[in-house]
Amino acid sequence: MSRATATRVALRVDPVACDAYGFCAELLPERITLDEWGYPVVDGRPLDPDLVELATRAAAECPRRALHLERVVGPA
Amino acid sequence: MTTDTLPRTGRLLATAPDGSSDPGLAAHLAAHGPLVVPPRDDRAWSHTVWREVAESGLTGRGGGGFPAAAKWDAVTRSGRRPLVVVNAMEGEPASAKDRTLLTRSPHLVLDGAEVAAALSGARQVVVCVADDQDGVARAVERAIAERDRAGRSRPVSVVRPPARYVAGEESALAAWLERGEALPALRVDKSVALRVGRRPVLVHNAETLAQVALVARHGAAWFRGRGTPEAPGTTLVTVSGGVGRPSVVEVELGTPVVDVVAAAEPLGPVSGILLGGYGGAWLDPAHASVPYAPGPLRDVGATLGVGIVCVLPATSCGIAETARIVRYMAGESAGQCGPCVFGLPAIADDLELLAAGRGDPAVLARLEDRCGAVAGRGACRHPDGVVRLVRSALAVFADDVRDHAAGRPCAGRHAASVLRFPTGAPVGAPVTVTVRGGAA
Amino acid sequence: MLAATSTSLTTSIWYTIRATGVVALVLLTVTTVLGLLSASRVRTRRWPAFAQVDLHKRATLFALVFLGLHVLTAVVDSYVHVGLLAVLVPFVSPYQTFWTGLGTIAVDLLVAVAVSSALRQRIAPRTWRGLHWLAYGCWPFAMAHALGTGTDAAQLWMDAVAAACTIAVLCALVWRIGDHRTTREEEVRLGAVTRAVPLRQRPPAPASAPPDLVTGPRRPTVTTATALLERDPR
Repeated sequence: MSRATATRVALRVDPVACDAYGFCAELLPERITLDEWGYPVVDGRPLDPDLVELATRAAAECPRRALHLERVVGPA
Repeated sequence: MTTDTLPRTGRLLATAPDGSSDPGLAAHLAAHGPLVVPPRDDRAWSHTVWREVAESGLTGRGGGGFPAAAKWDAVTRSGRRPLVVVNAMEGEPASAKDRTLLTRSPHLVLDGAEVAAALSGARQVVVCVADDQDGVARAVERAIAERDRAGRSRPVSVVRPPARYVAGEESALAAWLERGEALPALRVDKSVALRVGRRPVLVHNAETLAQVALVARHGAAWFRGRGTPEAPGTTLVTVSGGVGRPSVVEVELGTPVVDVVAAAEPLGPVSGILLGGYGGAWLDPAHASVPYAPGPLRDVGATLGVGIVCVLPATSCGIAETARIVRYMAGESAGQCGPCVFGLPAIADDLELLAAGRGDPAVLARLEDRCGAVAGRGACRHPDGVVRLVRSALAVFADDVRDHAAGRPCAGRHAASVLRFPTGAPVGAPVTVTVRGGAA
Repeated sequence: MLAATSTSLTTSIWYTIRATGVVALVLLTVTTVLGLLSASRVRTRRWPAFAQVDLHKRATLFALVFLGLHVLTAVVDSYVHVGLLAVLVPFVSPYQTFWTGLGTIAVDLLVAVAVSSALRQRIAPRTWRGLHWLAYGCWPFAMAHALGTGTDAAQLWMDAVAAACTIAVLCALVWRIGDHRTTREEEVRLGAVTRAVPLRQRPPAPASAPPDLVTGPRRPTVTTATALLERDPR
């Protein structure tokens, strides 16, 4: 039985670039919450396919381009 | 490796029979023998030495503890001639090993730098000495001048980055060399070499290079003659705190921690031992017979770090000292990442309240929450180290923590600090930070 | 008959110039107000911050569209001689040189702002911020141009529109200045590092250390680090 792997997408924040605008947490509350100082706590697990579009939007809206989508290869 | 007294080895810090030491080139060659490093790329020599260092099991002495030869892979793969950087910053206030090594045996470190340069194809070496350590810089420059007169091949220069805690981090050094700002960088893939411009840089701690120089002379089997099979060799340790003879000692790996402490003559009963650095961890004295080696220390939640052993006397308060450390570390943040910039001072606030016995019941829960919120969310490992220290303090000084939290602080909090903080490091100066958006 | 058709076309173009101009002015007002309020901390589920920024960007886009039409029809129109060059170079139009010139300046500024924002990810943050400050000039020049050139300037409805726009912008400006002083910069009791200061030099020591809850007198630092060891016989 072959073990299928899939390329999925996960979120990662660049802590140096981030300036706590908080747009990402507004757009993707399912995966991003804000800590007590306004900085994003990002759930780094691979995203479900239905969230990828929102995640892409969140990454594009960041004024500091601090949110990134990364490809991760994992079990399907 | 258990003996009655601390085994004394004179590998890195060689002395003459009368106890004196001469940092000069002639004395160095008399003590350690000659080392011939080919001036140009020599594949056969490189292959031999590389193999010896890899087989010796030598790990980095700058805090990371990774195999010394591992960085050479990354650098040689990049295809350009690298720059060898000797990291002698020693930003850890409780550490004195690198400056001791460089004032007593500078030629050993410079030999190691030459070896690293020859192995990696580098044509230039730079020694980074913090800008508040003029004595060390002078000693290194004198040694370089001696080598110049003796006709060595690769140019070595001394540079003076700012004396800040995070400036000694290797990506911060690379950033300073490149653009004058000693700010650590987010490193996603450590197998990719650091760069200054387009040149890859090979950053090694000064002690690591000194060990490399010895292995290049005597071989892997000789190196493994001391220490344990899993943790071979010797290492430099700075013993300080509530001891009568604060000193830098060379210890065989695997020596019980209690022996290392005993060599410095503790002033009285010990309530805790700080290992690794200000970003390390406290050790319960009940576990002090643990061997001083990476594996066993990790099992008790501690770390080798940069070879700190700081003894906390029973007359001091572990919580108060931890609070001072965290306040200092908060001030040493590079200031790039929110969780560190805001989280560390918040943790320091809570610890100070706890130490003063003014902690409200929620302070312990808040401390644990904030530790969880800060760790792993910065670009470098600075906040992670602080969190590790705080968690170890809460565990090792658990009884004290309980009393302090109940409003019964110990008298030890008024005792003079046994820790060293660089003079002139301002603590708690108000600073303006522009906050965008922010939590409502 | 031909003359009548061309007259009606000319009149249509003339009306289009004025209409698109007014709409562009209103949209520019909207985006300016939203830009001034971008520092607002008001965030609710119905009005998230990213939506406000998004609206600001879209309003600018629409303003540019109507501005484009306004400029195009002004150039094409045969009744007033504005000339193609006057679109970007101020004070070269034969028709109402001064007032048209003000409009040209507004266009120049808006184009600079819009292009820099489109290339935001590719330019340095400081550059973008500096160019975006030009946006403060867009609206005043546009309003002055509208009041100076517009043949509707004397009409009541135009006055009402101009007054409403001006009040909106002034209120937003007053709010922005006030907010800037009080809540914009928070003093945080940190160590001696700000986010803007790189590790180039040792920061200055404070004049007096704040009261410390726990420290007593400091022990002298460890200055002598002696090495304990014997010479290795090997």
